[in-house]
Amino acid sequence: MTAKQVSYTFESTLETINSAEEQASRIAAAAGFNEDDTMSIAMAVREAAVNAVLHGNAYDPAKKVTVAFEQGDKDLTIVVRDQGKGLDVESVPDPLAPENLLKQSGRGLLLMRSLMDEVQINASATGTEVKLIKHIHGNAGDPQEAVQ
Amino acid sequence: MSMKVSARQVDGVTVMDLSGRITLGEGSIVLRDAVRDLLSKGNKKILANLADVNYIDSSGIGELVSAFTTVKNQGGELKLLNLTKKVHDLLQITKLYTVFDVKDNEAAAIKSFN
Repeated sequence: MTAKQVSYTFESTLETINSAEEQASRIAAAAGFNEDDTMSIAMAVREAAVNAVLHGNAYDPAKKVTVAFEQGDKDLTIVVRDQGKGLDVESVPDPLAPENLLKQSGRGLLLMRSLMDEVQINASATGTEVKLIKHIHGNAGDPQEAVQ
Repeated sequence: MSMKVSARQVDGVTVMDLSGRITLGEGSIVLRDAVRDLLSKGNKKILANLADVNYIDSSGIGELVSAFTTVKNQGGELKLLNLTKKVHDLLQITKLYTVFDVKDNEAAAIKSFN
């Protein structure tokens, strides 16, 4: 069975975050993920979109966010890209360190890693790409129905 | 679904019933404004009932943390009541479950303030 792909390009706005989350929820549910996994996938995509809009593109109307979905036989992969300066992952403070527990922000990456099976981050001077992977277990649906 | 807040007084404790989503944008702002409003009126014993909060993102978690520290810095207490499974799991992941005083019985929670 071949993989199916779809990609969306969004403005750098708060509405984008909700749109990306809604698309992720729809595609994950159609792919056969159960309610809990669907919510996890949608939440992880939301967190990636928040980072892309706020920290990557910094609401710059000239910069876009793309969200690409690919459903294969074994995985649903979502790639969220921004056009910012590139996230320095090493510089992100550990949100679980005692001195950071009560900070208001900085938990997005932690949540993505907890909610998904794999998270890969590739950053360059032209933007950040966050790849989110969830393995398909059991009765996943036909990718043709999920991603179209 | 956007977030809604209503407050009621029970034995000197303000129970803040929240419903909907606490997320970046409107949901977080509604929570922030509600806590500020309660504090400005001298209500410093706050029990946030999250039974109908079905969704919270990292910004919403940050807003809960901010509310917790704001109330504490003003000599008050903010406790959480009736977490849904998802919110419970997220607080475990972020190691905040042990930071917050989390209750699952309203009457007992009210008594715990006194």
